[in-house]
Amino acid sequence: MYRYDEFDARFVAERVSQFRSQTERRLSGELSEDEFKPLRLMNGLYLQLHAYMLRVAIPYGTLSSQQMRALADISEKYDRGYGHFTTRQNMQFNWIALEDTPAILEDLAKVEMHAIQTSGNCIRNVTADHWAGAAADELADPRPVAELIRQWSSLHPEFSFLPRKFKIAVTGAPNDRAAVKFHDIGLRLHLNEHGQRGWEVIAGGGQGRTPMVGVTVRDWLPEAELLGYLEAIIRVYNLFGRRDNKYKARIKILVHETGAEKFRDLVEEEYARKPGSGIEVDARELERIEAYFGGPNFEVLAMVQPEFEQDKLRGREFARWVRANVSAHQMPGYAIANISVKPVGGIPGDATAAQMRTIADIAERFGNDEIRVSHHQNLVLPHVRQSDLHEIWQVLQANGLGTANLGLIGDIISCPGLDYCALATARSIPVSQALSRRFSNPDRQAEIGPLRLNISGCINACGHHHVGHIGILGLEKKGVEFYQITLGGSSATDSAVGGVLGPGFSAEEVPDAIETIVDTYIALRMDKETFLQAYRRVGAGPFKEALYAAA
Amino acid sequence: MSETGKILTANRLNDGLVVFLSAANIWTRHINDAALAQEANAQSALAKRGEDFEAANIVTGAYLVGAERDDGEILPDHIRERIRAAGPSVHPGLLVENPHVSLR
Repeated sequence: MYRYDEFDARFVAERVSQFRSQTERRLSGELSEDEFKPLRLMNGLYLQLHAYMLRVAIPYGTLSSQQMRALADISEKYDRGYGHFTTRQNMQFNWIALEDTPAILEDLAKVEMHAIQTSGNCIRNVTADHWAGAAADELADPRPVAELIRQWSSLHPEFSFLPRKFKIAVTGAPNDRAAVKFHDIGLRLHLNEHGQRGWEVIAGGGQGRTPMVGVTVRDWLPEAELLGYLEAIIRVYNLFGRRDNKYKARIKILVHETGAEKFRDLVEEEYARKPGSGIEVDARELERIEAYFGGPNFEVLAMVQPEFEQDKLRGREFARWVRANVSAHQMPGYAIANISVKPVGGIPGDATAAQMRTIADIAERFGNDEIRVSHHQNLVLPHVRQSDLHEIWQVLQANGLGTANLGLIGDIISCPGLDYCALATARSIPVSQALSRRFSNPDRQAEIGPLRLNISGCINACGHHHVGHIGILGLEKKGVEFYQITLGGSSATDSAVGGVLGPGFSAEEVPDAIETIVDTYIALRMDKETFLQAYRRVGAGPFKEALYAAA
Repeated sequence: MSETGKILTANRLNDGLVVFLSAANIWTRHINDAALAQEANAQSALAKRGEDFEAANIVTGAYLVGAERDDGEILPDHIRERIRAAGPSVHPGLLVENPHVSLR
């Protein structure tokens, strides 16, 4: 795990004390709401429907057990005993009092955490593949580079007032689990024939009201040039990005309106000026950072672990969980254990303090003290022994965390929606709960196969509906919620934006509509075709017909 | 007999919780205790009181909400405001504040 250096510790401590004074001045009336709002947002404190909401940064989704326990403590001491893991690998607390916030930030600082740059028009928390450092298909752990970007972008004076927020995602694997084509900048690692690292730089992707797949600006950027090149892109954006219209201010609009070719030229022109000389990535510094991200001292284990093989024969449920939730590790005898935070009928991404502590304990005991948050709102134990999986699963089961649905229809991504969010137009959680119950049968889920069902409660698309194989968008007309369905989206390597199927449905009608879509897929699929493959082969026609023709 | 009009709502400055202004000019957590202004004059007077409370740093973001009072129970005319008054519809355990507010 990366440890703060003295610079990090100092600026976080300074921020806490500044915010304490700002909060006091707000409460005494010395600062008006207009003066205070940008200050609280710079520290991740929003005002939502029911209370203030604090968004805590979890850099590249990596947490230690100690940090997870601190989050559990905060949820009990200052909130209502639970927290919400977001689609940006962060944690949100929903019931925060302004007067408690300085103390919370102090508690976070004690475990090297903060809420800086989780709001505002700056470079936000850098996200990464949640299986980083563990996945069997990985070329290299992307987190050292993510950490480098975090250090470079933290309190960056030039980039603190961009036209709009700016999100960067990084992956070191050929199979994209970080949605790099749907970020303002996405970075994907490649190795050349000499084994040297270079980064594919993708810009202008995003979801929201204008979803766009990012374009590759550079195929292969030598690692040493990374920060200088990012600086050139963000400078071009800072200069030319629109500030006249909030809804057209993201870099995707600039890339789209300028045209990819012209945008590339602008970036290369800026980069050729070498304005960022002095920020070449120092190989020694990167090595220093890399040293923090090593896995455990892996034991040399056999590929096949007889104990684990026997455990799988002991019960159907464990075997099912292994099939759905356990992924291949790069070291023989090890595994990646994915913890579903999507129990049947539960709230996607919500975890109680007790659950957070359970996971912290398991990570400490079996998992190198390391936990990841995925942008699918699940948790990951990246380095566990296969022979420990059965015991881990039993503890998870006993704590409502053993649901075997990873990547299946029950593993629904959902934003907080109108139950919490001031921007939402419709509720998303109750719809996801109804769907989770409708498809609760694990055999049915397995029969349906890989399927991403994502729900957003407004066009800002925090619930990633554009990239759901099935996406649901909650809207409102004359005070009544209704839901639009899209098909064919994907945030993975085969990235695509889903297309709207037809007129929307009421909340009560949604489960039947989704069931009709699923049944239609099962009836027409060939061999082992997944939902997305089948959709791409046949198009929207059969689904439209099944949904609307009968009516 | 139901009455329609406007109520004044805001978030309390110190903890952000949803509050409503009562006829006694006190901010309450309970929507049924809210003052319902039926006439245009009464509504603008209510809005003005909201501005004053904001200026006094008691609440933030005060605004009027259309609502109906029936048999002592006040129901806002928009789903968003019904959820604000009742709490999240998905956490029954958290509805302690106002369990009687219907979302329908």
